[in-house]
Amino acid sequence: MNNIIEIHDLHFAYKGNENGEEKEVLKGIDLNIREGEFLAVLGHNGSGKSTLAKHMNAILLPTSGRVTVNGIDTADEDRLFELRQCAGMVFQNPDNQIVSSIVEEDVAFALENLGVPYEEMRKRVDDALKAVGMYEYRLHSPSQLSGGQKQRVAIAGVIAMSPKCIILDEPTAMLDPKGRKEVMETIRRMNREHGITIILITHYMDEAAACDRVIVMDEGRIVMDDIPPKVFSRVDEMKRIGLDVPQVTELVWQLRKSGCDISPEIISGEECVDAIMKLFKS
Amino acid sequence: MLKDITIGQYFPMNSVIHSLDPRFKIVITLLMIIMLFSGGSMICLAIGAVYTVMAMLLSRIPLKLFWKSVRPLMPFLVITAVLNIFIIRSGDTLWKWKFISITEDGLNSSAFMIIRITLLVMGSSILTYTTSPITLTDAIERLLSPLKKLKFPVHELAMMMSIALRFIPTLIEETDKIISAQKARGAEIDSGSLSHRAKNLVSILVPLFISSFRRADELATAMECRCYHGGEGRTRLRQLRSSYKDYIALIITIVFLAAVIAAGRIF
Repeated sequence: MNNIIEIHDLHFAYKGNENGEEKEVLKGIDLNIREGEFLAVLGHNGSGKSTLAKHMNAILLPTSGRVTVNGIDTADEDRLFELRQCAGMVFQNPDNQIVSSIVEEDVAFALENLGVPYEEMRKRVDDALKAVGMYEYRLHSPSQLSGGQKQRVAIAGVIAMSPKCIILDEPTAMLDPKGRKEVMETIRRMNREHGITIILITHYMDEAAACDRVIVMDEGRIVMDDIPPKVFSRVDEMKRIGLDVPQVTELVWQLRKSGCDISPEIISGEECVDAIMKLFKS
Repeated sequence: MLKDITIGQYFPMNSVIHSLDPRFKIVITLLMIIMLFSGGSMICLAIGAVYTVMAMLLSRIPLKLFWKSVRPLMPFLVITAVLNIFIIRSGDTLWKWKFISITEDGLNSSAFMIIRITLLVMGSSILTYTTSPITLTDAIERLLSPLKKLKFPVHELAMMMSIALRFIPTLIEETDKIISAQKARGAEIDSGSLSHRAKNLVSILVPLFISSFRRADELATAMECRCYHGGEGRTRLRQLRSSYKDYIALIITIVFLAAVIAAGRIF
């Protein structure tokens, strides 16, 4: 499959403070993301994961190196809107990304900006709202919605642009468990049914465990890049970086430390139950 | 404690007035204001009153609400009216005591002023009662759009207004949270002397401002992400369509205005 996002030797430093010091946040990132992939980016605060996400949408431009999205260089100002249409972004705080006082108008916001004619806009807005299951709320005010619903509206606003990939920067961090579940289900459906590439930045390990591929960042570098079972089986390394592992992995790890014969690559609850049952029988 | 603040005064309902194009409604309201101010006699005012009351009834908004819209103004109106009664000394004297006298003209002009202002306030509240703030903003943007040629930032103003409307409930919620947080830390917001409470207000306003700036920053990024680049080449999901009803309403208004002006000439 084709790469939708290609990042080559990306360095990024925030413009320094009064003293002219620069703070290098990204220190040489190489990353290729394939079309249709469901990717999680993990890392503790300040590891550079949000900064990386902002490069995929040309909100930030590389200090050096190159980022291309669907073949468009993010530094190419002439194709900025084309790029942002292709790679939509959803942020952490649902309140701070909803522009309009009416749900359907907020979903239409991007299309209005792109000058999409009315008939087509109407259809795309309705389709996007149906896709996230918020159609019956289209005339509500965002302030009447729960956090999870607001975040789904924000996702619909991105879906309406018919993007090839969606970058979500900790979309569930401010939600309750119910809202988290709603949002995760919506994201997964977008990936499976619409083939949209998902880049999910998160600090919830169980969310990352459900992805196709996990990237772990530390100090502005990618330190791990693999399928979830492989990443989470490296429990010692994860802990050293300051990250937790999913509860199941933690349990397996503890069992292994106390000498049980159990595979380190178990990440789902069912697998774990099976393995433990097998241990008891033997 | 802040939950009961109502934003705008829109009452969604199914009436002819509600269904009118907001652009027409704004123009009609302006014409109504001219109508109420253009006649100097009671007959002119009576015609204006018929028009306003008719519109109020058509809007199907409970009349109590219209009364509510003038109530806060009532003390001022009464004081001005009373002053008028005593100051105006022309016309037949009806009552006299030492240096105070009440004349017919004084009574007339006081009544005239009270009725005129009451009608004006009630009439203009028809507009805000029957039009949601967001459609109103939209209509203003479109009515002012010719000013774009003069480099007047019409779209930007309308965008700011609609974002402000969008964030009012969010900020109210936030203020509530900050008040609770500060109370938990022992701030006295509801009690203490006035100057004490005023000082404590700072502890609410500072966090509120800081968080608003952060919100503004995040919102700007989110808007950029969705390809916002000003009003140029923008299309709209909300379509404002005028129908025959709007023209009928406009014609009725113009007829009434003409009647008021004519009545003013004759009487």
